[in-house]
Amino acid sequence: MTWLAILVAAAGCYLLKLAGLSVPPRVLERPLVERVADLIPVALLAALVAVQVVGSGHHLVLDARALGLAVAVVLLLLRAPFLAVVFGAALAAALVRLL
Amino acid sequence: MTAAPLDPSERSAIVRDSLGVGFATGAYGVSFGAVSVAAGLSVAQTCALSLLMFTGASQFALVGVIAAGGAPVSGALTALLLGTRNTLYGLRLAALLRWTGWRRALAAQILIDESTAMAVTRTSVPAARVGFLTTGASVFVLWNLATLAGAVAGTQLGDPRTYGLDAAVGGAFLALLWPRLRNGRNRVVAVAAAAVALGMVPLSPAGVPVLAAAGVALLAAVLTRGTDPTEIPEARS
Repeated sequence: MTWLAILVAAAGCYLLKLAGLSVPPRVLERPLVERVADLIPVALLAALVAVQVVGSGHHLVLDARALGLAVAVVLLLLRAPFLAVVFGAALAAALVRLL
Repeated sequence: MTAAPLDPSERSAIVRDSLGVGFATGAYGVSFGAVSVAAGLSVAQTCALSLLMFTGASQFALVGVIAAGGAPVSGALTALLLGTRNTLYGLRLAALLRWTGWRRALAAQILIDESTAMAVTRTSVPAARVGFLTTGASVFVLWNLATLAGAVAGTQLGDPRTYGLDAAVGGAFLALLWPRLRNGRNRVVAVAAAAVALGMVPLSPAGVPVLAAAGVALLAAVLTRGTDPTEIPEARS
C-alpha cells in the first residue's frame, strides 16, 4: 500500500511539473487558479505543522514537540539555514525528554 | 529577451550562484532521509521518493501523514496537492526555457522551487537555461545522495523519539512555510488552516485534517480579490 502510494504520487507530481511546461499558459493562467495554487501550499504546510506538533492519534497534546517548534521559530527568526532549524528542533525535543 | 550566446563571465556567475543553492538545498536531504525512515518507510521507499517524486515539501508531507498514522492514500493526496505549485512554476518558465520533446520531459523532473527561483529572473533564454539546469541538477544529485545517507543513518538510531525526530518534522514544515509568511494574507490563511486541521483531529481519520485545510485555501482564494504574481520562494544559498 505504501509502495503504491509512493509510485502513484510520484507519477502525479511529475505530470504536474510536465503540465506546467507543456500546457498553453492561457489554459491555466487565470487569477483564481493562481490564487488557489499559491494558497494551497500555505494552508497545507500550516496544517502539517499543527498536526505534527500537537496531534497524537485523535488527541491534541502539548509535549516536547512544542518546545522543538518554539526552538525552530527562534532559529528561523535568526535566519538559520534549513538543516539547523530541523535538527535544532529535534535536539531541543530530545534534550527535554532526557530531563 | 535575446537568443544571443551567453557571455562567459555571466555564465560562470550564474553557475557559481546556482551551485551554491544546489549544495545548500541538496544537503537537507539528510533530514528527509532520517525523518522518512523514522516514519516507518524503508530505505528503498525513502530513496524512491527522492528519485521519483523529487519535490521536497510533497515528500515530507507524504511521510509526515504516514508518520501520524494516516492512510497512504491521504499522504499521496497531500503530496499531490502540494505538487500543484510546480505546475505554476512551469507556466512561468515555459516561455523562458523554450524546451520541447525529450529535453522538456527531462527538465520537468528538476522543476522545483530552487531551479525556478534561479531561472525566472533571467533576461535571456541561455541564461535561464544555465540557471535552471545547474541548480536543478546539483540539487537532484545531492538531494538523492543526502537522502540515502540520512536514511541509512536513521535505521541505526533505534527509537526516533529519543532523538526528537518527531519534532524535526514540524520544524521542517515550518521552515518550508516560513518564507511565505511575510505576506499578511498568507499569515491569516496559515492560522485558519492550522485551526481547521486541529479541529478535525478528534473527528476524522489521520491524514484527513491536513486535506481539509486545503478547503481554507480554496475559500480564501475565492474571497480575496486582485491578481498577484505566482510566489516563487527565494533560493537561499
